[in-house]
Amino acid sequence: MFKSAFSLSLFTFIGISLLLGVMQLTKDDIAKAERKALLSAFNQVLPAHYYNNDPLQDTKTVISEQHLGTPEPVTIYRARLDGKPVGIILETIAPDGYTGNIHILIGVFKDGRISGVRVLKHRETPGLGDKIEIRRSNWITGFDAQYLSEDNSAEWRVKKDGGKFDQFTGATITPRAVVTAVRNTLKFINKKGEVLYE
Amino acid sequence: MNNINPFSDEKMTQPNFIKTKLSEYKHIAENGLWTNNQALVALLGLCPLLAVTNNTVNGIGLGLATMAVLLISNVLVSLIRDHVSDEIRIPVFIAIIASAVTIIDLLMNAYLHTLHGILGIFIPLIVTNCAILGRAEAFASKQPVDKAIVDALFMGAGFAIILILLGAFREIIGNGTLFDQMDLMFGESAKSLTITFSENYQPVLLAILPPGAFIALGLFIAVKNYIEIRRSDKKQNNLGIQVDVQSAQTIK
Repeated sequence: MFKSAFSLSLFTFIGISLLLGVMQLTKDDIAKAERKALLSAFNQVLPAHYYNNDPLQDTKTVISEQHLGTPEPVTIYRARLDGKPVGIILETIAPDGYTGNIHILIGVFKDGRISGVRVLKHRETPGLGDKIEIRRSNWITGFDAQYLSEDNSAEWRVKKDGGKFDQFTGATITPRAVVTAVRNTLKFINKKGEVLYE
Repeated sequence: MNNINPFSDEKMTQPNFIKTKLSEYKHIAENGLWTNNQALVALLGLCPLLAVTNNTVNGIGLGLATMAVLLISNVLVSLIRDHVSDEIRIPVFIAIIASAVTIIDLLMNAYLHTLHGILGIFIPLIVTNCAILGRAEAFASKQPVDKAIVDALFMGAGFAIILILLGAFREIIGNGTLFDQMDLMFGESAKSLTITFSENYQPVLLAILPPGAFIALGLFIAVKNYIEIRRSDKKQNNLGIQVDVQSAQTIK
């Protein structure tokens, strides 16, 4: 009895020590890999030559379920050139995709123009809804340099709903969700303005 | 599973010993790759098998990860087989497998970050792949280390090959490409490996979606059984005796 308990504890102990060891060894590399992945995603929505600070260190947290699609706090990464604000990058969620949430990374210049949009994660139907991915089609680049103002907010819809953005044949729900999410995010950024850079 | 132990540890003379060893290894290899293939015959580990194989690179990634876990677990289980009493045997095996999986998970997160992101939950889920506990319990806990290693290598290879074939099959039909996104695993230079069969290929959704995985696996099993039956027919014709067909029907 006691012998079994002892040897089971011993094996568990060895297992845990081994895991702790490997965790220590890989900790830095995992952090580095995560950083690299994040920066390369940033580079797609806001090219690195626009700024020279480290946006990963220059962050602010905001909460707005209405505009950003999640009740969780959202981290805003701020890009600056020689200390002057250039733009922000943030992850927003389109909660009304065809199959669940669509995670979107958006870069917006200081003047409210979009520098780039990319879809990070989605479960839309392959072959139909997945054209929102840059590797499937360049639909997502249609957001580049767009901005939202009081006059043009009606255009921020898919064509089927009377707006200016294309939908896909056989898939309207997905692009509609993405367009809406981007519009809401811009609305949020316009409303907050300078505060986001403080 | 049909796990009648075909090996016995009788004392042997030297040359005979080597010969017997080799034929034993050969038997284990055949078992892992074909006769008792974990994916096609034992039908174990189907959840990750069917879920991640919508392209080749996912199949390779998960196949190699499973193989690595199987190798670590078989070696350790075989090493401690005389020191664990029967009543705590299973918990100890599970602790070993869980540790091995977590180590692989951490290593992949550090060095194959993007692929790790894609395979996601299926790496930690290797813990629940019954094939691994199955081999620990049915084989490694009763066999010396050398045989446990050979068993892990070939059982793992048998599983990985099916993962890769399924991935390739579904990728070709569902996406019109082969070896797409190989750079996730083998670095930038592997980008050129992608073979695109037709630029404006209309993807067959069914192959990419989960039902396609079941259908494809069903086809694979059918092909394997067909080959088995053909073989045994031939044997019958040549020798004029009845040979048992080992097919998927023999599994519980």
